[in-house]
Amino acid sequence: MAYGERNSWAALVASAISIAVYLAIVAPQIGSRPVGEIEWSWPMLWTILGGLALSIAASIAWGLLVHRSDPQAEHVEDVRDVDISRLGERVGQAFLTIGLVAVLLMCAARMDWFWIANAAYLGFALSAVADCLTRVIVYRAGMP
Amino acid sequence: MVRPTRVANSLRALREAAGLTQADVARRVGVTRQTLIAIEQGKYSPTLELAFQLCRVFGVRIDDAFHYPEES
Repeated sequence: MAYGERNSWAALVASAISIAVYLAIVAPQIGSRPVGEIEWSWPMLWTILGGLALSIAASIAWGLLVHRSDPQAEHVEDVRDVDISRLGERVGQAFLTIGLVAVLLMCAARMDWFWIANAAYLGFALSAVADCLTRVIVYRAGMP
Repeated sequence: MVRPTRVANSLRALREAAGLTQADVARRVGVTRQTLIAIEQGKYSPTLELAFQLCRVFGVRIDDAFHYPEES
């Protein structure tokens, strides 16, 4: 497996876990109390930082395991990894744009901070997942 | 679903005829072995520069190594 593909899988799994943990903390509170009273900022910050740390740790651990089983394995990116990375970013950017448009519309409608912040989070989260998912699909199926 | 490239190539046959391994060729053109495998399998179209480098390794012209289907 290519170095870039390993990193994409690590980032995909870490993003999915991070998003799932955040939703598991915040979502059950919706409906049981006013959204203005729900503490979302710290869970959001910690799950984002935790996801980043998990992604980096998983990449390093996976790289060490690969190196142990095959000392000849390469741990560098090349032109194909860069091309695939650019394609993933382009797909992810579409979701980011949708999220930011949603944020603008919610601000115009003067909605609660909770919904605005979570729309932005959802945009970033979907962007990250779409980026990583695109990369792992392209590594497996081929560059379009 | 992602549609792989329509560019076909004879790189595997050329490499085997030259008695080179994937790692040899990859090292000579400055890519990873996984990228050379993807190119040989038609899952990745190399850049024009990389295509010329590959042809130079085998000493062939670019249309001896890479093929694109005629428009029907």
